[in-house]
Amino acid sequence: MPLHVFSRRDFFAYCAKASLGASALVTAPGFAQVDKLTLSGLAESRLRTFDEMVHPFVQSQNLKQEGVSLTLPSLADNGHLVPLHMKIDSPMTEASHVSHIYLISQRNPVPLMCMFVLGPLNGRAEISTRVRLSGTQMVVALARLSDGHFIYQTQEVAVTEAACVDNG
Amino acid sequence: MSNARIQLPPRILEGDVFKVRLLINHPMDSGFLRDINGVLIKRNVIRQLICTLNNQEVFRAEPTTGIAANPLFEFYLRAVKSGELYFRWVDDKASIGELRHPLNVWLASSSGAPKP
Repeated sequence: MPLHVFSRRDFFAYCAKASLGASALVTAPGFAQVDKLTLSGLAESRLRTFDEMVHPFVQSQNLKQEGVSLTLPSLADNGHLVPLHMKIDSPMTEASHVSHIYLISQRNPVPLMCMFVLGPLNGRAEISTRVRLSGTQMVVALARLSDGHFIYQTQEVAVTEAACVDNG
Repeated sequence: MSNARIQLPPRILEGDVFKVRLLINHPMDSGFLRDINGVLIKRNVIRQLICTLNNQEVFRAEPTTGIAANPLFEFYLRAVKSGELYFRWVDDKASIGELRHPLNVWLASSSGAPKP
């Protein structure tokens, strides 16, 4: 077999292969990361059912949809900052007050957005804050009363730009 | 290091229920976003915020990643007597933020000095 002459054509072919290989090497870890992220992200960002959202807190206690008003914009342009206001009808006395408030998200990677602990010294069970929302979803404000019962209100929010950009 | 600002009504009468607005400067990094180089930013959110009035706990919040950056908390307190509002918050890096603010409660009947 004659000695293989490294021709111009061979040289270009070799360069093309090498550059493909090199680019694959460079991007491979990136792809792996993205895959892992979308896998976990998608799994996390599916919409939870109402039971999944409230059951960890309510367990077997009484739950009613009354006495809570939850105000969120129905269309939030920016999921990074959504103003949220909630008010719970309660005399806030020693005998009857709101002891805990849970803000629960249907789609965020972490379902519990915030927990508040209140007491009779608050005088009024009313809280405003600003939340992050990862996409269009339902938000639940769940309040635990001092007698152990739970009351809640839900609100649908359409979010144009999700807070967790990487996992939609 | 994070700092905070508080806003109270200008004049609080005894027995009033007044609004407290607390704005904390904190990035509240959720741990899901990447910086400009594609490196994941580590989660760093405020885990716990406790408000005490005269050494008695009156309000507590335990945020997670679901609270926006530079968190704002508005809540109500009942004015019983003057004292000191003390806020203390801890984040994932275990750095502690504190804010002290005097609370002057005025007697409902007179326009005199705040009730001691």
